[in-house]
Amino acid sequence: MMDVRVAERQTDLEILRYNPEIAGEPKLERYTVPTKTEWCVLDALNYLKDNVDPTLTYRWSCHMQVCGSCGMMINGEPKLACKAMLRDYPGVIRIEPLAHFPVERDLVAVADDFLAKLKRVKPYLIPLEKRLPEDGEYRQTPAQLKRYRQFAMCINCMLCYAACPEYGLHPKFIGPAAISLAHRYNRDSRDGGRDERQEEIATAEGVWECTFVGACSEVCPKHVDPAAALQQVKVASTVDWYLEHFMSWVQK
Amino acid sequence: METIQTDVAIIGAGGAGLRAAIALAEESPNLKISLISKVYPMRSHTCAAEGGAAGVVKPDDSFDQHFHDTVGGGDWLCDQDAVEYFIHEAPKELTQLEHWGCPWNREADGSVAVRPFGGMKIKRTWFAADKSGFHILHTLFQTSLQFPQIERYDEYFATDLLVDDGRCRGLTAIEMRSGQMRRFNARAVIIAGGGAGRMFRFNTNGAIKTGDGMAMAYRAGAALKDMEFVQYHPTGLPNTGTLLTEACRGEGGVLLNKNNYRFLQDYGMGPETPLGKPVLKTMELGPRDRVSQSAWHEFQKGNGVKTPWGDCIWLDMRHLGEKKINERLPFVRDICISYLGIDPVTDMVPIRPVVHYMMGGIHTDINAASSVPGLFAAGECACVSINGANRLGSNSLVETLVFGRRAALSAAAYVSGAKTGNEAALSARADEAQARLRELFMRNDGDETVAGLRREMTDTMEEGAGIYRTQEGLSRTCDKISELRRRYRNVVLTDKTNVYNTDLFNTLELGNLLDCAEAVAVSGRERKESRGAHQRLDFVGRDDVNYLKHSMAHYNGLEPPAVDYLDVVITKSQPGVRDYSGAKK
Repeated sequence: MMDVRVAERQTDLEILRYNPEIAGEPKLERYTVPTKTEWCVLDALNYLKDNVDPTLTYRWSCHMQVCGSCGMMINGEPKLACKAMLRDYPGVIRIEPLAHFPVERDLVAVADDFLAKLKRVKPYLIPLEKRLPEDGEYRQTPAQLKRYRQFAMCINCMLCYAACPEYGLHPKFIGPAAISLAHRYNRDSRDGGRDERQEEIATAEGVWECTFVGACSEVCPKHVDPAAALQQVKVASTVDWYLEHFMSWVQK
Repeated sequence: METIQTDVAIIGAGGAGLRAAIALAEESPNLKISLISKVYPMRSHTCAAEGGAAGVVKPDDSFDQHFHDTVGGGDWLCDQDAVEYFIHEAPKELTQLEHWGCPWNREADGSVAVRPFGGMKIKRTWFAADKSGFHILHTLFQTSLQFPQIERYDEYFATDLLVDDGRCRGLTAIEMRSGQMRRFNARAVIIAGGGAGRMFRFNTNGAIKTGDGMAMAYRAGAALKDMEFVQYHPTGLPNTGTLLTEACRGEGGVLLNKNNYRFLQDYGMGPETPLGKPVLKTMELGPRDRVSQSAWHEFQKGNGVKTPWGDCIWLDMRHLGEKKINERLPFVRDICISYLGIDPVTDMVPIRPVVHYMMGGIHTDINAASSVPGLFAAGECACVSINGANRLGSNSLVETLVFGRRAALSAAAYVSGAKTGNEAALSARADEAQARLRELFMRNDGDETVAGLRREMTDTMEEGAGIYRTQEGLSRTCDKISELRRRYRNVVLTDKTNVYNTDLFNTLELGNLLDCAEAVAVSGRERKESRGAHQRLDFVGRDDVNYLKHSMAHYNGLEPPAVDYLDVVITKSQPGVRDYSGAKK
């Protein structure tokens, strides 16, 4: 027998329920669920939906921390429900929709704003030099790959927006994930689109809105470190400014 | 009902759907494209693919080798003209993705790196660490954002295809946030809706993989081909079913029984290869069907590792070392630690075979056209067939690209000659779809629940249509599914509201799964031979005289499908022996 214990326990969940078609304010409902210690919060929600209340509403799909569907606030912190293990939550677990987004229903947040921002920063390769498939691949060394790979790990789960106090105060802020993805392409040796993206991100609504709290990086389930991306964009755009104003004869 | 006029409607926005949308946008820029998906594109299950994508690119490789690996791997049920097209397009598509920014792993000289994969004689799997599908999906999604003619309908749940005069002319879909039904009048429809692995209890598939596209096409008159071929991936986590990529073995991980013995050598895949030095196309790099079947036999012999989740085998990666695991398999390490509390750097990981992929799907020709004019299909929901009776790992990601684009080109050509449909007839079809939905909403007198029926479905599929099958077991499963399809008509919704009603969507998904499950079970019962992933204890061995052909299941209302057969296209490889005995040769 393997040395793995699968113990059972009763877990108390408090879930914020809200249905716009039914009058009343969002309110916390309490449930007690039989769970196993190896479960994650998503397993407990699925148990509830299948056995107690089929009206409970949330998004989920992969159950392996990569599709980014199941972001929610768990005891006040933005988490993926499939990555929040019950063993780390001994007491009552409070589950609410992601902070800073409008709520569609129960735990389903409206994602429109994030998707619009993502599109705005042009998160696609704008090639430095055009190639056709028959020309073969661009050469890119492991070191060049490493310059941007971390920022390409973003799964668009929006946890960083829920953690970001600036986004909470100023919803126009483009925000951590979108800026990180712009930065990802800016750092790609194959890309020549930095100037176009800077017009969006090196602005008051872009990086200069960020006060470097760093909460985005703390909650990122994929260690993308958006705070580092934002700081690097700030430094780079400062350099741009100096080059433009004091050394305008130098090619950027 | 609000009607949206479009040229090409695409159902599903994963690898195949996004590739089709981009191909249409680039190559037919005047067409209006509607990309419809029940999830945001980046949530599509393509993101969960880990290992990589196969394409001939290195000087030691050849198209011929990729062809023979694929056809032999598929136990000669592949259509060889389709395989030929596929292997030639594969490197172009992978290079195209590279040009769009996909972060493929690289060699020191900056060229794309390749890794070994099961059943492949040459290293040809392009990879982005162990998140290849994730990077492919996001590269496609992000690339698609630059095309204004791609109109996305995110979180729209497609319910029915609109067929009039024998031609597919659009679909109905529910806008999930409002619960309102919309009609899409389209001159052509491409289905890229993914597989249906959720019909089994123990699977690697995301919750969304409920065969919606397959079932919709099936009900609209398209045949489902080779549905009995369901792939078990050898290495799933025993509790959650989470996939541990074949690259675990490609990088040198080995499989052991409870006696720490590398049992694959007893099943025609030996002799044993040195630890940490994997040899292509043998032992742990055998094909998925053979490796999963060997694990089953070990369990029968009492050689399984006993765990709280039943019999398992060990996946040992310890000798790879922390550095290599972090570089090549970081996601695998995270997953093992999260869900099992086991670190593969220091401990062996218990794993067991798990349902992973449907080789079968909507029958299409080599041009991705279904038998219904105006309806095209690509990706896991389709059966071209390049996968035959057993898909080789790292062929499916490429398939989404190659045939996603192919479907787009075919749809564009079709659209240029397509006349508009009969508005009154299409409107009537859409009203019927809405009436069915209303009936479900208003129903109060049933006693069935989605969760209850789903449990019974996954149990019977697991029991009767698993790795090894018998006439008796399959017949029982056929009867059970038939019963469940009848009882499905008595499901009562608990949730009768409009906004994001997941009770409703789960009910529709269950209906789709049941339709697909019946096609799997009935096609399996009718195929009285063992080939690839379809193994019969009562019909051992391949029977090329009677079954070197594709099964075609035709929808028949509440009655089980009628099954007939279609010849396999053979061009240059006659059925032979699948040899994975490595150094013995």
